[in-house]
Amino acid sequence: MPTLKQLARRPNPLTGGHSACAGCGFPQAIRLVLMSIEEPVVVAGATGCMEVTTTTYPNTAWNVPFIHNAFENAAATISGVEAAYKALVRRGKINKPIRFVAFGGDGGTYDIGLQALSGAAERGHRFLYVCYDNQAYMNTGIQRSGATPFGASTTTTPAGEVVPGKQQRRKDMAAIMAAHNIPYVAQTTIAHWQDLTRKVQRAMQVDGPAYLNVLAPCRLGWGTDPAMTIHLCELAADTCAWPLFEVDHGKWKVTYTPKTKLPIEEYLKPQERFRHVFQDSTGGLLAAIQKDVDEQWQALLARAGQT
Amino acid sequence: MGDSTHMPAGRRRTTMTGAEATAEAMRQIHPDVVAAYPITPQTDIVMRFARFVSDGVVQTEFVPVESEHSAISAVLGASAAGARAMTATSGPGFALMHEILYVVAGYRLPVVMPVANRALSGPINIHGDHSDTMGSRDAGWIQIFSENAQEAYDNLIQAVRIAEHPSVRLPVMVTQDGFIITHGMEIVETLADEEVRQFVGTYEPERSLLDVDHPMTVGALALQNSYFELKRQLAEAMAASRRIIADVGEAFGRLSGRYYGLTESYRMEDAELAILALGSTAGTAKVVVDELRARGQKVGLVKVRVFRPFPAAHLRDLLRHVRALAVLDRSDGYAGMGGPVFAEVKAALYGLPQGPVITNYVYGLGGRDITPEMIESVYADLGELARRASKEPERVVAEAALTPHYLGVREPDGALISALGALQLNGER
Ligand SMILES: Cc1ncc(C[n+]2csc(CCOP(=O)(O)OP(=O)(O)O)c2C)c(N)n1
Ligand code: SF4
Repeated sequence: MPTLKQLARRPNPLTGGHSACAGCGFPQAIRLVLMSIEEPVVVAGATGCMEVTTTTYPNTAWNVPFIHNAFENAAATISGVEAAYKALVRRGKINKPIRFVAFGGDGGTYDIGLQALSGAAERGHRFLYVCYDNQAYMNTGIQRSGATPFGASTTTTPAGEVVPGKQQRRKDMAAIMAAHNIPYVAQTTIAHWQDLTRKVQRAMQVDGPAYLNVLAPCRLGWGTDPAMTIHLCELAADTCAWPLFEVDHGKWKVTYTPKTKLPIEEYLKPQERFRHVFQDSTGGLLAAIQKDVDEQWQALLARAGQT
Repeated sequence: MGDSTHMPAGRRRTTMTGAEATAEAMRQIHPDVVAAYPITPQTDIVMRFARFVSDGVVQTEFVPVESEHSAISAVLGASAAGARAMTATSGPGFALMHEILYVVAGYRLPVVMPVANRALSGPINIHGDHSDTMGSRDAGWIQIFSENAQEAYDNLIQAVRIAEHPSVRLPVMVTQDGFIITHGMEIVETLADEEVRQFVGTYEPERSLLDVDHPMTVGALALQNSYFELKRQLAEAMAASRRIIADVGEAFGRLSGRYYGLTESYRMEDAELAILALGSTAGTAKVVVDELRARGQKVGLVKVRVFRPFPAAHLRDLLRHVRALAVLDRSDGYAGMGGPVFAEVKAALYGLPQGPVITNYVYGLGGRDITPEMIESVYADLGELARRASKEPERVVAEAALTPHYLGVREPDGALISALGALQLNGER
């Protein structure tokens, strides 16, 4: 397991020449994931903030081979790349080990790209799919996605006089992927770099598909101070709003348990998208969010046998 | 004609369906990656190919994807990774690929795809018409239509060489009429494996995603400052491909004895009345032309083999001296003035100082038969049209150009066919 110093000395897979907002989460997700991989990698990316900010022609921020196809098909595209690799190895045209990684936002993963991802996982291609989860469709202007948490205000679920933000829970994407019985599934954040690095390395060891769900805040969509990005991830984990866990060959394990589980308002308070929650004089909305987080945390502990 | 004993070694002459001939061509091409999803009437092609994979006859990496959208997406990835990659589809599956067809062409990837032409829903229909590929005619793919199983086989082999030619580098689809060709048994002459291997050569991409020492970004975001130029280059490659398609057709002819051009003209030398058609209907029309010629009528047929790029200059030369021309469309454009082929032919002939009166017949939607009698009736109509046009040219020309005919339509069976394509139960409710 490399130290942070060793990691930092690895060649940077993504240069500073991208145009993501200051304080954006996904560039860190990309760097941490790719720097944790020893072998050369080929990367596929879905349409979204990541793609538009890193590949504006004639420039590119990628120092590794990168392919963008469309919004919903990063997993299918990397399937084809991986299939080509196998075919060309078989024909003796390539002999070095290469790893395959696909990145998608939550919209391109939980929603429109779910079918392609599910298909690729079921077929057993050897690749790591990383969802950088900023909990909404950010590139098109902060619309709700299947990853948007209950109560969050987005441009398609604006907190209004009658409807206070998104009315549904987020999809449990990691559990959906685990239900595919692929060798490795995990969830982490960009703040927990050691946890993330270890999980990526584990994902590289397994022979088959792996899935990593990474919380990567969007300062614009969340309405937060750019300097807060990493701290927000810590708060997400410490309030158990975003638990860190892994499912290694079917075995669930919580990989981070906060010493003191913080109340949810500590995580929500700095975020504009939850402002209405604190303007609700009855406090019912906040209580409902807290109840939801607690229930899901308990369910996760039960699943991992760690209650 | 000789039998197999007089053929060069390794060649065969056997009865095959179009699907079987296509799978056989794929086996001989031996692509690195094939990704595909079942849909009638294409399924027969990939089922046969999958068997070659399972039996170790080919070393292709076969990716049995969960949808056509993923099939074309995976093939795009494989091609960018330097593999020779193919898929095959039909009708609704083709439509599901629509978005990515543009991406493949825009990235200038030499993907080759057999298409078993099939009608589009609704109502659902599994039979052959050209609505599917016509719907993507502006996606930037070369489109080659086959008249029969032999051509489906020959065209697929040529497609690989056309697609990968350095001055083309465009995806190519090779169509065959669903069921009529895919499932019809015909005599097909195949080349020897080694001949095909040599003809298509090996795919040596200029760059590959798997060249990790020289990383490249494929599919960047191209904005107002660059997108237009990239598309303009695509248009230039498409125009330039006319010459390459002709050269490859010529080279294939030297190898096989079967020569191919962008169009095929059948008894057009002194033809006064002509039909223009694509696909299997051209074969039916040839029979009718022979019969009418035997009766002394000056009729001919023009087959458009390559629909993209459109062979406009050829058609201007071929049709200049024709008096009346019927364009047969196996799909409708719902423009209220005929089908897509008709629109293109009119555009191609625009401004000729002298040229035919042009009229349109939409036919065969959803696999409805087209018979020799119907084609004969079209030639009869053309004779009448030419006569009328010589008297009142302006009115007749305008009328013919704006009023499509629906060939072989039967009036609906009362309440059985509703606008929704729904069956209405008789009786009270
Ligand atoms: C088929 C299709 N539908 C819609 C879009 C528009 N679109 C592009 S990016 C995007 C949102 C991406 O959201 P997400 O995947 O969460 O990534 P983010 O932008 O948040 O990084 C949408 C809706 C598209 N490009 N293609
Ligand atoms: S809008 Fe959000 S996700 Fe997009 S670049 Fe800015 S911070 Fe990142």
